[in-house]
Amino acid sequence: MVTIKELPKEEYLLKGHAACAGCGSAISLRLLFKALGNKIVLIVPACCTTVIQGPYPYTSFEVPLQNILFESTAAAASGIVAALRQRNLKGITVVGWAGDGGTVDIGIQALSGAAERETDFIYICYDNEAYGNTGMQRSGATPYGAWTTTTPSGKRERKKDMPLIMAAHRTPYVTTACPSYPIDLVNKLRKAKEIKGTKYIHILAPCPTGWRYDTSKTIELGRLAVQTGLWALFEIEYGKFKLNPPSDRLIDKAKRKPVKEYLTLQGRFRSLTEEDAERIQKWVDEDWDKYRKLASNSTSDFAPY
Amino acid sequence: MAQMIIDTANHIAGYAAKAARVKVVAAYPITPQTTIVEKIAEFVESGKMDIEYIRVESEHSAMVACIGAAAAGVRTFTATSSHGLALMHEALHWASGSRLPIVMAVVNRAMGAPWSIWPDFSDSLSQRDTGWMQFYCADNQEVFDTIIQAYKLCEDERVFLPAMVCLEGFILSHTYMPVKIPEQKKVDDFLPPYKSGWILDTNSPFSHSNLVSPEWYMEFRYMIQEAMENAKRLIPVIDKKYGETFGFKHGGLVEKYKCEDTDLILLTMGTMGSEAKIAVENMRKDGLKVGSARVRVFRPFPTEEIVKLAEQAQMFTAIDRHISFGMEGFLATEIKASLLNQKDPPLVAGFIAGLGGRDVTSETIEKIAKKSLKWMRGGKVERETEWVDLRE
Amino acid sequence: MSSIPKTRKEMPLTPISYPTVGSMGKTGSWRTFRPEVDYSKCTRCMLCWVYCPDAAITRQEDDSPKIDYDYCKGCGICANECPVKAIAMHREEE
Repeated sequence: MVTIKELPKEEYLLKGHAACAGCGSAISLRLLFKALGNKIVLIVPACCTTVIQGPYPYTSFEVPLQNILFESTAAAASGIVAALRQRNLKGITVVGWAGDGGTVDIGIQALSGAAERETDFIYICYDNEAYGNTGMQRSGATPYGAWTTTTPSGKRERKKDMPLIMAAHRTPYVTTACPSYPIDLVNKLRKAKEIKGTKYIHILAPCPTGWRYDTSKTIELGRLAVQTGLWALFEIEYGKFKLNPPSDRLIDKAKRKPVKEYLTLQGRFRSLTEEDAERIQKWVDEDWDKYRKLASNSTSDFAPY
Repeated sequence: MAQMIIDTANHIAGYAAKAARVKVVAAYPITPQTTIVEKIAEFVESGKMDIEYIRVESEHSAMVACIGAAAAGVRTFTATSSHGLALMHEALHWASGSRLPIVMAVVNRAMGAPWSIWPDFSDSLSQRDTGWMQFYCADNQEVFDTIIQAYKLCEDERVFLPAMVCLEGFILSHTYMPVKIPEQKKVDDFLPPYKSGWILDTNSPFSHSNLVSPEWYMEFRYMIQEAMENAKRLIPVIDKKYGETFGFKHGGLVEKYKCEDTDLILLTMGTMGSEAKIAVENMRKDGLKVGSARVRVFRPFPTEEIVKLAEQAQMFTAIDRHISFGMEGFLATEIKASLLNQKDPPLVAGFIAGLGGRDVTSETIEKIAKKSLKWMRGGKVERETEWVDLRE
Repeated sequence: MSSIPKTRKEMPLTPISYPTVGSMGKTGSWRTFRPEVDYSKCTRCMLCWVYCPDAAITRQEDDSPKIDYDYCKGCGICANECPVKAIAMHREEE
């Protein structure tokens, strides 16, 4: 267990980058580097991070970074991992860093293929719940009721459950995280680095630009997402499901804050009706029934083959 | 020891990838390319090839995996056909813009709808704008030799561009022909270890290909064009050196046959070039002055060679195994474009033949030649583009 | 880090960008509000340093935060998260 003070001082995301003020992904990126250092190769598809680098001939990233086509983060990773292995280069962690669009929608095929081939890399989805780079159009990860530019009256479909989709691939490590719980995220990244195979980390990255809230509330909103149970922090390690603090104490519904506290802070939920809000609360409760069952399961549904 | 084997062009392509000492192969099966990936699998499992073989889940991923591997510092190879090539289209652009020396075998197959598994050049010719060099082979020996030559060309620092080595489906891919596989040591001497213009390196971090504004983009594109011009000069040099080392050469950019003292030159690509030679032989016996020029390299387009050839003939007839709907076949178009500004250019007629694998024999080509000669004697091309052997 | 190319000959063969502080220029110009630290209240917990999206806060020898106003975008996360409210947001003067 690392502490804040033990986090390294070095910054590999350099100041003066192009992220919006208050960007949850930028915080997550800094934590990525605090956890793993700079002996990594980062693969970045078309997403907010493409732009965050800044324009040629400059970049704000001080690690080797391969920009790649939107749907193929995991395919590029497969190639890079293979090459490094052929060159006998050890000690380099290959990390795919993709947005939710490039993961759950257009990127899902390449990711699924790489996971099935047991490609040895860390795939991180930083989820701002829409296509951020192109101006906040809906993605498969956009939650029910959220305004986006292509769902102006609120998305009617529910958020795709990407972590469980990845768990069904029987990869050795699937986990959820949030920059509001920085030590948890750093520990998970470091744990992932030591595991062989495809590791999937899904980070909820609040986005003031897309979620319509005051830029200062990014960390607060991430915390509320977890405290209301809307975003559960868990790990599925070699198939064993485990809730992480503080989510582990939230199996008891009385301990979960009502989701309304989270929804009312965001402009993207402004047009939510009472009914919608109740529906969302009901679904959160149903998800937690599922988590309770998974947590108490002595046999594992997701164990690697 | 060099070996003489009898095998299909697809298997030969596998032998060439092995001889070139590629380190990563990422490929997806598609008719009629499948026996290439199967041969490589056989080599890998029998220990003859020590590579990372990524059995990707689509052609798009195949090309991107090759891009990743080449960027991370190893020689890569892949193969595809038809819709697989079309699926990789955006990745082809990414590979050439990244200036990565990837070599790909394209087993030419017609595009759908409707489904066709038989050969024509619509798949690879549709990709002519992607910044990939393109070679078109006429026999299995050429397939082997061209793959080795392609790596030498692509990894030259004056080039650093990817290349596709095209071979017609079934006509070559599944046909057995004798091929000489050279001694590995000689191939190693001819083809030094992998080189690329840049590499992902944790000791020297950078972002590759982030956003490039209008202030810089055009220069990067110009550099690709320059590399193509350099390739045009290098291809005949490499072919000649290969010939001196291994005993086989294939005509450089354009393989000419009896083009001196000629009235009409038939321009073809791929195996039609072989049939054209037979047609030329027969017609010469009858006193007709016909020659054949097989365009071996379509990108970079050998404009200077075409212009030089034009001085020798009154008429060119381009036979395209391709159609660009709404216009004509690309070979005809590019020949016309090469000749437009020349003084007294020859007449140029375009014929469309062999789409979807329809057989193009030396008899067909003789018919085309005789019609062209008639037009030539009349002083004008009766029709810009004529379709051959079409049902009424 | 290489120098910025001026002519085509100096350009790399493919867009390779080197790590640069301020790739977007001095992003401090983006802000409307600026954070000010009251060091007498600061408990050196370092949370502001952890949460700054822009790495504009450096951790000093005594673990107190130093804000680089050339690059601070004024998002206010540091002020919002400080457990002892030692950081306040002030409107930038014209």
